[in-house]
Amino acid sequence: MSINVLFFARYAEAVGFDSLEVEGEFATVDAVRLALAADPEFAVLNEASLMCARNEELCNLDEPVEVGDEIAFFPPVTGG
Amino acid sequence: MAIRVQVEAFDPGAEVNAMHAANVGVGAVVSFVGYVRDFNDGRDVSGMFLEHYPGMTEKALAKIAAEAEQRWPLLKLEVLHRIGALEPGEPIVFVAAASAHRQAAFDACAFVMDYLKTRAPFWKKENTPEGARWVEGRASDHSAADRWK
Repeated sequence: MSINVLFFARYAEAVGFDSLEVEGEFATVDAVRLALAADPEFAVLNEASLMCARNEELCNLDEPVEVGDEIAFFPPVTGG
Repeated sequence: MAIRVQVEAFDPGAEVNAMHAANVGVGAVVSFVGYVRDFNDGRDVSGMFLEHYPGMTEKALAKIAAEAEQRWPLLKLEVLHRIGALEPGEPIVFVAAASAHRQAAFDACAFVMDYLKTRAPFWKKENTPEGARWVEGRASDHSAADRWK
């Protein structure tokens, strides 16, 4: 399955780009995160304060993933 | 509700006036304006850049506003947040709630700001004499949001 992964703010700077097409079988958002974090380039995804969204809605790491989903990883939000 | 995410500056006074201009049933308007400060966490701040998640930002703000409208009897609710480059002294966020009586407007305005702080995908990057740095999230923002559960 193909998943579109987005990174924002400090995470985008840490990995060096803001989007990535990922191929593989993933049951949950956390499975996508773990597959990426196996590469030291994505070490920032191991931060305990990481936030994530699926198809533009905040979600938990155990959120199920489907083909064509847009998954985003980002640090705690700081608007307002 | 009105949700606006924009680069352009805005006039908070004009926004407040517009909250009741079209509805004489409005007895109370409570508004919040957040400004860019010139100092944060021990360093001078000469400006900042507001990054966001286009698409999700508008949805997240609309969801928060819809929840406020469910919880309180509001006659109007506006959420306006700027993105891009901002200088100290500039307004960055505006939230206003209009209702017949004050309590609903006070509570809704505080609720929207508390949820915006922890759920809307914005990130501030400040320019300081030591270079640009990302603003860290605060635990106190989460305890503020938790009081509405």
